[in-house]
Amino acid sequence: MSVYGPVVKIHPVVLASICDSYERRNEGASRVIGTLLGTVDKHSIEVTNCFSVPHNESEDEVAVDMEFAKNMYELHKRVSPTEVIIGWYATGFDITEHSVLIHEYYSREASNPIHLTVDTALQSGKMNIRAYLSAQMGVPGKTVGVMFTPLTVKYIYYDTERIGVDLLQRTRDAPSRSKGLTSDLSQVGGAAARVQDMLTTVLAYIDDVLSGKVAADNSVGRFLTDLVNKVPTIPPEDFENMLNSNINDLLMVTYLSNLTQAQIALHEKLVLLS
Amino acid sequence: MASRKELSSVSSSGMASTGGTLDSPVKQVQIEGLVVMKIIKHYQEEGQGSEVVQGVLLGLVVDDRLEITNCFPFPQHTEDDADFDEVQYQMEMMRSLRHVNIDHLHVGWYQSTYYGSFVSRALLDSQFSYQHAIEESVVLIYDPIKTAQGSLSLKAYRLTPKLMEICKEKDFTPEGLKKASIGFENMFEEVPIVIKNSHLINVLMWELEDKSTVADKHELLNLSSSNHLEKSLQLLMDRVDDMSQEIVKYNTYSRNLSKQQQQKHQYLQRRQQENAQRQSRGEAPLPEEDMSKLFKPPQPPPRMDSLLIAGQINNYCQNVKEFTSQNLGKLFMAEALQGQN
Repeated sequence: MSVYGPVVKIHPVVLASICDSYERRNEGASRVIGTLLGTVDKHSIEVTNCFSVPHNESEDEVAVDMEFAKNMYELHKRVSPTEVIIGWYATGFDITEHSVLIHEYYSREASNPIHLTVDTALQSGKMNIRAYLSAQMGVPGKTVGVMFTPLTVKYIYYDTERIGVDLLQRTRDAPSRSKGLTSDLSQVGGAAARVQDMLTTVLAYIDDVLSGKVAADNSVGRFLTDLVNKVPTIPPEDFENMLNSNINDLLMVTYLSNLTQAQIALHEKLVLLS
Repeated sequence: MASRKELSSVSSSGMASTGGTLDSPVKQVQIEGLVVMKIIKHYQEEGQGSEVVQGVLLGLVVDDRLEITNCFPFPQHTEDDADFDEVQYQMEMMRSLRHVNIDHLHVGWYQSTYYGSFVSRALLDSQFSYQHAIEESVVLIYDPIKTAQGSLSLKAYRLTPKLMEICKEKDFTPEGLKKASIGFENMFEEVPIVIKNSHLINVLMWELEDKSTVADKHELLNLSSSNHLEKSLQLLMDRVDDMSQEIVKYNTYSRNLSKQQQQKHQYLQRRQQENAQRQSRGEAPLPEEDMSKLFKPPQPPPRMDSLLIAGQINNYCQNVKEFTSQNLGKLFMAEALQGQN
């Protein structure tokens, strides 16, 4: 199913913010809405920030605090002047009539705003994250309706974000949902373990293909040849040399820093004595 | 809201006095995943040019834990806007956040750092004013370069009570510091950090893992180290140079002081001799003159700067050692793998 329209790229910060505002919603409110900030490109819209806006919703009317939204946007602009309002979000599964009204307001703020829904109530067992653009529909001349057309959603990360998200993902496994920050060598060990896991999976796949259980896939085969060719073949003496020189550098630096630390500690003690 | 439990965390040794519990009101800092991501994002977007990127931490204090539940960034110091802007910005932000039920209690601030160089007068002053106002506040130091190398580097620091005393007195002379017996090791204490996520965020994490591509997140196993080492060593050398200048200043001061003591001594002796002579001649002795007016004692140099520099050097050394230990591990691993071929 090809989807026309820009691709929506979301940063995980935005989704975490939305979930957090949903958890902190007022008593009785069934959903939360807020503004999305980001940048617009020719073919893609990048959502980098968001903030929630207080609103009241009842059967036949909806009230959104516009002042608040404007104020917050000004404050945010002071910090990151490149972000503009690109749309709004709402938690919940469906799009209601109220959404249309709110969307109209946002179309005054930004040209062609996008509407993001995050299903925090997990109605369908998954947290559906969808984005929509509005389009006019109906018979010209008569009452015009609004249709929300879906857009493709992708998640993008900065490198550092990726690393942060990885750490956060590990809190899933601990039963008390918390995790301390590990220190040096254990991190290297962890990374090595992950690579090892990946290699085991690849090996298992290769075994399956060889024994005929799984049909061989050419593209995967090409990736595998790339992988094997990437490991450089270095004659052992050269490798020894490189290794030793590197180790020597590191040891020297460690020695120097220990020396410096001892020096300043000594200096401190002497000053205190004099 | 979901009930929260906590797990005691692994504490990493930093500038704190290791071993034993901290005798401060805050024994652990619990950070929400959202805050971590916001800090990372803020540096990524706004921090490429200037050195530091700052913001405020919001949260609450539960027993002896400091829970940080949200944060907001500070705009950069621009040339045209004055300080007044900052206070107003902060007030407005907090007021607005209160409307959406976000904890609006100030509990600290965060700052990004460049290769670990954050021990400065400005940091000390800011943290002192924060801690003075709010007993349990911390400063979170985020190191983006170390994070880019593969592991999130976020540390929480507080000033030790001793240092708080000294800052209050504003007494930075050598005697003052000696009285409090502060060394650079007792300046800051590191508070262990735990990251905590609510259930909903965990669901989000599962979703993301599903939908996003497996990135090449193997920066951690990168073997190249010279670039990072070079920069760290450069900074270390600069600091050591500063330190030696301070030491020279202090040496000249103590030399001046002792010279002056000698001169005073000589003067007194001469006086006494003269008086003895006059007495022997039967004249009135010369009046004793006020010593302090004659010999003005030289100003003792403030020791605070050298203390800060010492602390900074210590921090650099610590970072360098951590880095080298990691790299040695990687190199040995590479050797083992090569040996198998």
